[in-house]
Amino acid sequence: MMKPGAFAAWLISTALLLALLGLQVGSEGFEILHCKGLVNCASFGLQSAFSDADGAMWQVMIEIRLPRGLGAWGAGALLGLSGALAQGLFRNPLADPFLLGTASGATLGVVILLAALGISPMALSALQSIGLTGAAFVGALAAVSLTLMLAQGVGSPLRLLLAGVVVGVVLGALSSLLLSLAPEVMLAVQGFMLGSTSFLGWSAVAVLLAALALCLPIALLAARALDALQLGEAAAQSMGLPMPAMRLILVAVISLATGAAVAQTGLIAFVGLAAPHLVRGLCRAQHRALIFLSALCGGALLQASDLLARGLAAPRELPVGVLTAVLGGAYLLWLMRKGVQREQMSHQEML
Amino acid sequence: MLFSSLSWAEGIAVTDDRGKSQQFAQSPQRIVSVLPSLTESVCALGACSRLVGVDRYSNWPVSVKKLPQVGGGLDLNIEAIVRLKPDVVLAAMSSRAGERLEQLGIKVLMFEPSSHDQVKTSLQRLDALLGTQQADTLWRKVEEDFVQAVKLLPASARGAKAYFEVDRTPYAAGETSFIGQTLGKLGLQNIVGKSLGAFPKINPEFVVQQQPDVIILSQRHAAELPQRPGWKQLKALQNNAVCELNASEGDVVVRSGPRLAEGAKMLAQCIAKAMKK
Repeated sequence: MMKPGAFAAWLISTALLLALLGLQVGSEGFEILHCKGLVNCASFGLQSAFSDADGAMWQVMIEIRLPRGLGAWGAGALLGLSGALAQGLFRNPLADPFLLGTASGATLGVVILLAALGISPMALSALQSIGLTGAAFVGALAAVSLTLMLAQGVGSPLRLLLAGVVVGVVLGALSSLLLSLAPEVMLAVQGFMLGSTSFLGWSAVAVLLAALALCLPIALLAARALDALQLGEAAAQSMGLPMPAMRLILVAVISLATGAAVAQTGLIAFVGLAAPHLVRGLCRAQHRALIFLSALCGGALLQASDLLARGLAAPRELPVGVLTAVLGGAYLLWLMRKGVQREQMSHQEML
Repeated sequence: MLFSSLSWAEGIAVTDDRGKSQQFAQSPQRIVSVLPSLTESVCALGACSRLVGVDRYSNWPVSVKKLPQVGGGLDLNIEAIVRLKPDVVLAAMSSRAGERLEQLGIKVLMFEPSSHDQVKTSLQRLDALLGTQQADTLWRKVEEDFVQAVKLLPASARGAKAYFEVDRTPYAAGETSFIGQTLGKLGLQNIVGKSLGAFPKINPEFVVQQQPDVIILSQRHAAELPQRPGWKQLKALQNNAVCELNASEGDVVVRSGPRLAEGAKMLAQCIAKAMKK
């Protein structure tokens, strides 16, 4: 088991390394494997790109590859953060940040926008200016509001969970209905549902990092409530924590974080679920550290998946969600196996 | 419509299907097209040599298969497009890549013709963009081909009820779709009427009740038709009045591009053959 501080340092350096490595991974595959010249290789190709006469390679590296990597990190961090919050809030290790309906809401938003554009592109210039990201974000927040309304507030976590499931199913059905009426937008919607880091630019990075800068401090402040919640609802109340207010804050942070991530990257499954588990498997931590580390871990996971998505089958791109599932899933399985072995060993020692 | 693409001395302004107008100092020489029908349009206008990259599905004319591919559909590769340094990228309306490419300072024109008129309009707009002055000639040829296509159908087929299956789900081509418009021009009656929309998903039972005289679908799925519950009762199947389109014919028929009328001729021949059996 690692110390939280050491683990955090390790995750941050991984993210930095992946960001630099990312400069050398693109439509030509893993360029880092055949770079030329010591200075050039050591600077991850920046040197040759900078001295390039027409600056095309520089633009590719600085305006496409770098923001893409950073954006993937930001989206992954938001998902990891909200995964840790959701699992703590619902006291359920299988809780996923999409549980409150954000995913289906965002999808519905995108479907409505695309279908409406198909009907009349001119008349809906207002909708168009919101763009796909705007529609997804609005959809996600609307879905959470609906969940909160159906659950009559945040009073009961179970009611909240059930309402979230209902909203997810109903909005999902509405999306399917609209899709069957407008099948021509199917491909675009499918693209959204698979999740993608391909279109992340500097403006997306700014939005994602701003959301993270807002959500992370609030989440860290609310971490004490989650620690108390693990002892049970009554215990948390008796510690004098304003639980209803805390819960509302947590729900707001989860929605904002997942909404922002989903709007920029589409539905990327598994990062939110897996990141907290990966952290728990590697280090023992209270919620404050768990939240922080889950964010870092989610970020690194999505960043690594993004690199593989670009490089493995270049110039074709693999769906990034497939890679998060494979990477995160394999790692999680390995951790579980190690955990079982450790339990068996300590069991034998006891005998 | 002609006024939407005026050329001035200082450059060219072209409006796309989004209603967005773009200024070009001169006619673009490096073009990336990521929609097969737009690739076909550029080539039909005689500017094929200006294409520097296409999507994976662009396969006509054959020469474009040699061009660098920049992904397709779901996985357009932004970086690969930028590295080709295009003067303009031609994309579908539903493409997510457009927004990102524009952020990177690349001009993007989005077209998604969903009717014969819109095919004509986008050809005219591309014509203005490319400065090729071919659109009128091209469209006259399309109209002549349509006249010929109608002649390919025997008189007995006039007014026959047709069912065009786009996908085995089943999605049908309705009267308002460009495929439906083609069927209409051929003098056929579409069992999927206006009220159902362009490409509705329909109940398989509906087809049985409507009893089309001819069924048109992709060769890949033709063999399974008799196995669909209740479809044995279809007179079209009993009479073997099924027009099966192979992959390359399918490409021509379902693309709303300059080969529209060529597709109509293929359809007419295929339907005539199917109904003679």
